[in-house]
Amino acid sequence: MAAITGTVPRWLQRPSGYGGLWSWVVTVDHKRIGVLYGITSVAFFFVGGIEALIIRLQLAGPGNSVVSPEVYSQLFSMHALTMIFLAIMPLSSAFFNIVIPLQIGARDVAFPRLNALSYWVYLFGGLLLNAGWFFGGSPGSGWFAYAPLTSSTFDPSAGMDYYVMGLLMLGIASMAAAFNFVVTIINMRAPGMSLMRMPVFTWMTFVTSLLLATAMPVITVALIQLGFDRMLGTHFFDATAGGLPILWQHLFWVFGHPEVYILILPAMGIVSEVLPTFSRKPLFGYPFIVFSGIFIGFMGWAVWSHHMFTVGLGPVANAAFTVSTLLIAVPTGVKVFNWIGTLWNGSIEYKTPMLFSLGFIALFIIGGLSGVTHASPPADAQQQDTYYIVGHIHYVLFGGSIFGLFSGIYYWFPKVTGRLLGEGLGKLHFWTMFIGMNVAFAPMHWVGLDGMPRRIYTYESSMGWDFWNLVSTVGAAVVALSMLVFLWNFFVSVRKTELDAGPDPWDARTLEWSMSSPPPHYNFAQIPTVHGRDAFWDQKYAEGPDGIPTPIPSGGASNVEEHVNIQMPGLSYFPIITALGLALTFSGLLVHLAVVAVGVLVAFFGAYGWAFEPAEEAEEGH
Amino acid sequence: MATESATHTRQGSHPTPARYIAIALILAAITIVEVVIVYLDFLNPVLLPLLAVLSIAKFAMVVMFFMHLKFDDRLFSVLFVGGLLLATGVLVALMTLFGVFFA
Amino acid sequence: MSQLSHAAEHPPTTTGLDHRKMVMWAFLGSDCLFFGSLIATYLLYKGKSLVGPYPADVFNIPYTSVSAFVLLMSSLTMVLALAAIQRGDQRGLRIWLAATALLGAIFIGGQYFEFITFYHNGLGLTTNLFGTTFYVLTGFHGAHVTFGIIILLSFLVMSFRGRVAPEQHLNIELAGLYWHFVDVVWIVIFTVIYLVEAPNIV
Repeated sequence: MAAITGTVPRWLQRPSGYGGLWSWVVTVDHKRIGVLYGITSVAFFFVGGIEALIIRLQLAGPGNSVVSPEVYSQLFSMHALTMIFLAIMPLSSAFFNIVIPLQIGARDVAFPRLNALSYWVYLFGGLLLNAGWFFGGSPGSGWFAYAPLTSSTFDPSAGMDYYVMGLLMLGIASMAAAFNFVVTIINMRAPGMSLMRMPVFTWMTFVTSLLLATAMPVITVALIQLGFDRMLGTHFFDATAGGLPILWQHLFWVFGHPEVYILILPAMGIVSEVLPTFSRKPLFGYPFIVFSGIFIGFMGWAVWSHHMFTVGLGPVANAAFTVSTLLIAVPTGVKVFNWIGTLWNGSIEYKTPMLFSLGFIALFIIGGLSGVTHASPPADAQQQDTYYIVGHIHYVLFGGSIFGLFSGIYYWFPKVTGRLLGEGLGKLHFWTMFIGMNVAFAPMHWVGLDGMPRRIYTYESSMGWDFWNLVSTVGAAVVALSMLVFLWNFFVSVRKTELDAGPDPWDARTLEWSMSSPPPHYNFAQIPTVHGRDAFWDQKYAEGPDGIPTPIPSGGASNVEEHVNIQMPGLSYFPIITALGLALTFSGLLVHLAVVAVGVLVAFFGAYGWAFEPAEEAEEGH
Repeated sequence: MATESATHTRQGSHPTPARYIAIALILAAITIVEVVIVYLDFLNPVLLPLLAVLSIAKFAMVVMFFMHLKFDDRLFSVLFVGGLLLATGVLVALMTLFGVFFA
Repeated sequence: MSQLSHAAEHPPTTTGLDHRKMVMWAFLGSDCLFFGSLIATYLLYKGKSLVGPYPADVFNIPYTSVSAFVLLMSSLTMVLALAAIQRGDQRGLRIWLAATALLGAIFIGGQYFEFITFYHNGLGLTTNLFGTTFYVLTGFHGAHVTFGIIILLSFLVMSFRGRVAPEQHLNIELAGLYWHFVDVVWIVIFTVIYLVEAPNIV
């Protein structure tokens, strides 16, 4: 390569060596990027959790003033934004990053530096979104930011500007990651791994990535329009000029509905991996689960106005979206029945990952049932903007996504660290979280039906909501305790001196378990050839004459880090430099054009450096 | 791989520069036709469908020939046309919801 | 638009297709949704401005036809640039890349003068819904074109430095795909925004 590029100038040489903190800054290794996503997203999860606890303290009794109304509005808005964009989505990304290449038999993703860029843009975007707590106020008009409340007339504070710029950055991060995984999954599978032999988690990642790639541009346009209205006086959502605030609602929910499937499909993928492993049976109805996932992704585009049943779209529009919404419940039901079929007659092991997956199924069903009730516009007319919806949201996103993601954490933590998370503490975590969650969110259903609106700062004792709000708050506190249990478990386990997990602690079925824990940096000494689904299981077991799996000698995982000379993508400064340029550009739009100019220049410098960078490190071998 | 092998092209042979110039001339001709017909008042009742057909023809020619989609692996068509159809669907749905089609 | 220096060291891909070409098509598919949303906004607000000027007051169809023609021809020059590098014709590559960039610049220049003229006729970004939706849509299209010109000029410079080898024609092809996409978006905009107003222009 030097022949074409000539002598590589020093500033373009790729950093070498894998040591120390700096190696994390310049890493392009999917496993490390996954760990970065994981740590950052869990940290933001705790931020969002603290915001929730303050909200629950404020609502614990009537007439409280734990915080001011303005701060309260920012708390519930940021709680949602943080949990959705800075916790759940990136935690899913953590698993995409760590698991997908290992599951499909690849050494990394298709674009390792783009992968790193996604992480850094996420981090900087998340910081920008939270900058309002320190400078000028956070967004306080709800995570869905309906116009015209978000116009500069009605919300002159800086909060909504952080919303626009922060989410634009996060959109870039998500899209880059989505493109990366679409290409990786299509184009980097091991020989023999046809699409219908891929693990279900890989399939769900694929569908999620396609949703991200197509839905994000729509919110990008909506945010640009909102930003222009606020900063330049355009009239996209300005009724005084003939603009239609409802346009924001449409554009937002055209994005927003696929977004909720982006939030749940990865967790469903995780559950589809955990259940077979701990039932010691293959996944029941694999094609049905895969096609249901595809159908959900596709139908997710056809239901968005069910978030708008009460704005006056008219009976024809309402009826159309009712039909599509009822229809989309079907594939989820199909999945649930297939998961139950997986458990049926299985040899169930109630390890912590399994408990969280079982919890997912139960809690997601409850959330799904309340969702089906919203599908009817007359019923929704009562439920909309009440705590009934808040109950639904938290059963599907907490009981669903979060439980699924914790299942993934307990399942794959051993692969990443080589150590098992403590079982006793894990079970304690699960049960306290399960109990706390139900105590917190179940009452919201009947309090909502009793008329308690969402997003209210306080309420009068005469409404009769005091008791159940207090119960919810107690439940939230129990959930918080469960998180402390988890943290304790995490820190104790990660610091164990003995790597007690081994390559395959769960006797699992897919390829990520076929090498040491943690994996060598090149993942596979030799890319495997795949002959069916559950490729690793087939390496380990042959079906005996009575149908009972018989271990194949030497078919198990290779725990030996072989010394092979496999060239891996080199480290690079340019993803973080480019991300920094983008961060300066977007934050500069809120500060001064000079900062924007600097940001653009830095971003171009990063991009050109990236383009001209040699493919591998200047010196080989490490 | 830096190059695509011939096995990944579909029907027809790779267009030559002469062919590209011919296509460009056709595109120019269609554009001229479009500009002319908008001034012919008697065509107003069918103007929109006519313009649609002509523009779609131009769009398709650029995508299929200049962007080589006709000759490349079908997967690229799926990726692009998928996004295009989704965009069109959202556009039509929004216009319906806003009553644009009900004059 | 990544490493230029790789040789044949890439492992085979599952489909036999290059990652970068696949990602470019995926990106273009998603960009359809970006422009689709902006075009939808324009169409939803068409005819709803409370005050003028209205499209028929400012549009100059013959003028815009010329710039549409210019952009169409730039797609021809782009594809000729690609054909040149594929047969190892470095000089041809430079000529046609320069031509494409020049035509693109003429298009942008034409846009600029069009906007100035509209502005002097009373149509600003904040004047009415037409100004808002029109300038944002065509402005983002123009930004896409400008970015494309920068990429083309970068390749032109690299060619003069002997750093665009025939084996790297994929890079030019990717630039071409982006460029043609920006052209087809203009085909849509020209028809759906400009041409349909012609009967209204007195």
